[in-house]
Amino acid sequence: MRKLLTLLLMLPLLALAAADLEINTPAISALQSSMQTRHPQLAPYYASGAVGLTRDGLVAVRDATAVPLKDRQAVNSLVSAENTDRNALYKEISVANGHPEWEAEVRATFAQRWMQKAQAGWWVQEAGGWAKK
Amino acid sequence: MKHWIWLAAAGLILPACVTINIYFPAAAAEKAADKIIDEVWQLKQDQDKEAQP
Repeated sequence: MRKLLTLLLMLPLLALAAADLEINTPAISALQSSMQTRHPQLAPYYASGAVGLTRDGLVAVRDATAVPLKDRQAVNSLVSAENTDRNALYKEISVANGHPEWEAEVRATFAQRWMQKAQAGWWVQEAGGWAKK
Repeated sequence: MKHWIWLAAAGLILPACVTINIYFPAAAAEKAADKIIDEVWQLKQDQDKEAQP
């Protein structure tokens, strides 16, 4: 009886220990490394302002004229592949933590952190529209 | 007396469980996001390289 009570009192401690979100799953690692491999290709377009970070945690072609005509298709493909990975990442994180309904909040958190960590000169989508960091 | 202890324990523990299961853990999510973004954009490594002479 006393042991059981002690165990019950320890439960909140266990809950505290689990306060980190689970991000070490094979699916999340795979998405992460896919995005990491793609980043060097996207980075010049962030810097030139051709591609910007959106409020919904994705990337978008902001100014296609900043890209030479011959490269535009490649940029579109990069952006599309990146967004596929990002959407999957937000979904995987919420599912891995047993709360698929958290996806929108995970996305909003990422959107804010991507923008926060963006380099000076990159374009981010704020409430009022595109802004240069 | 024993019943009182059980009630008190339940009163303390149950709200804690409910809180953790229902509400989105914003701070933990930010931490997770930072970790992943640092990896994807290689931010931590860049800082290490800059720190080296």
